[in-house]
Amino acid sequence: MATATRPNTTTYELKLALPLALFFCAFFLAPLAILFFVSLHTDPSMSKMGVAQYWKFLSDPFSIGVLLRTLWIGVEVSVLCLLLGLPMAWIYMRASGWMQSVLMLVVLLPLLTSVVVRTFAWIVILGRQGIVNSTLFALGFIETPLRLLYTESGMIVALAQVQMPLMVLPLVTALSRLDPNLLDASAALGAGQWRTFSKVVLPLTLPGIIAGCLLTYAASITAFITQTLVGGGQMLFMPMYIYQQSSTLNNWPFAAAISIIFLCAVLAVVSLFNALGRLSSGYTHS
Amino acid sequence: MTRQRSSLEAVSFHVTMWVLAASCFLLLVLPTLVVIIVSFTSGFSLKFPPPGYSFRWYSALLDAWQLHFAAANSLKVAAGTTGLSVLLGVAASLAIARSETWKARVLDSLFMSPLVLPALAFGLAALMFFSVMGLSVSPLTLVIGHVVVCVPYVVRTTVAALAQLNPALLESSASLGASNFYTLRRITLPLIAPGIMAGAFIAFMSSFDNVPVSLFLRDARTDMLPIRMWQDLEGKLDVTIAAVSGVMIAITIAALVIMERVAGLSRRLR
Repeated sequence: MATATRPNTTTYELKLALPLALFFCAFFLAPLAILFFVSLHTDPSMSKMGVAQYWKFLSDPFSIGVLLRTLWIGVEVSVLCLLLGLPMAWIYMRASGWMQSVLMLVVLLPLLTSVVVRTFAWIVILGRQGIVNSTLFALGFIETPLRLLYTESGMIVALAQVQMPLMVLPLVTALSRLDPNLLDASAALGAGQWRTFSKVVLPLTLPGIIAGCLLTYAASITAFITQTLVGGGQMLFMPMYIYQQSSTLNNWPFAAAISIIFLCAVLAVVSLFNALGRLSSGYTHS
Repeated sequence: MTRQRSSLEAVSFHVTMWVLAASCFLLLVLPTLVVIIVSFTSGFSLKFPPPGYSFRWYSALLDAWQLHFAAANSLKVAAGTTGLSVLLGVAASLAIARSETWKARVLDSLFMSPLVLPALAFGLAALMFFSVMGLSVSPLTLVIGHVVVCVPYVVRTTVAALAQLNPALLESSASLGASNFYTLRRITLPLIAPGIMAGAFIAFMSSFDNVPVSLFLRDARTDMLPIRMWQDLEGKLDVTIAAVSGVMIAITIAALVIMERVAGLSRRLR
């Protein structure tokens, strides 16, 4: 090729990435290797090697339950975010200039507001004297305050709000790449709004949907603050499980093994999403 | 008949879309509004609506030295993290952007991986690593841990800005006799500056807000604001936290509006 013989002026040498690559090797990959090494010890004093910690986790129905529940809340939050986020992105694309700015501010603000602040808001909303209970009470629907805080559904809604921007932003990108002529063509050929949406819009925005789901999923299963403050002590999820075992009980090998299992589970889900993403982008380009 | 059915169909579609989008809008806006309103309460509880309004919790904030101390620590660590992230991240982005070699792809995936992996597992790993190395926790170890989870934002926005850069500009600069370094300094960096700034801003905010890594790498001397707030909320539902939240929301809105003007933040996050 002609470009190969020309002196290269538009790309930079790969060695510029060396400092960050070394930094990642020293402070990201090496810690993960040590985490794995620690997990291969059978007792908290780390005197003997073995896979006992993994066996302890995988043979314990309680631990497996914690893992599955954690992976499941990610699914629930992603579905809720998609259900509300897709119409939001759809309306955003149709809004006029100033309304787009307002909507973008509304989407970006939660993304940049501290997660403790966002979670704190839900404590105020869902609490015994919170906005939901006082409204229901004023309307005469309830006599005594409902317990909304420390329930799974309360936590799912709070997590969905906290992670919503991560869903809406990729969807807006995907929808903005959609050729509006396709929608007109679909309408001209007699398809109704629903049919156009399900047969044209959805398939073509699939890469954005998958990207959004991946981000909300990964963020919600590790959302330690929201899980502990809105979910409360009744429900245990993987992040708190790791924290309890390492900091409260000082059982480093078991905490390390839980972390490795959690990492592997997340990696499996991420690769599944990536495979789906590749399939879907092949579909949209063909 | 078909006309009627198709209009009904269109109406049902639009109503569904608007209702869902409006719920999404409320879901996004309401919590922030509720926090702001409740932070002006004159009462001692988080009752909503508040029994009366006052600035008492904001004035109580002036004496909350524990929160001041934690906020100062968080600011220092976030500033250090942002500086180091920009330095390492921009250099790495220049190397991997526009490159299709497998090495560049592998590095790109490596640099992005902290975004999807559970940060809490990394926090524990970092704590084990530093204790094996014989390093006790300090602001420095916090900065190192934060850089790992914050540098992906800088890399992402900088790579995106580089991808939009017109290669013809670089080629003409070179053909006019400019050295690579001169082109970098006078052409490339000024053009990608908004992308770098957007990434630096997000890195700063996410370091300031980081919990999963700080949880393991801080001690009493390096108390961090989000963890201080989390512990206060776990113990008692303190109204002071509402005032802190009010201040943080105000700062975030101001920073967001400025960054939107200066760096076109919303375009760079998509």
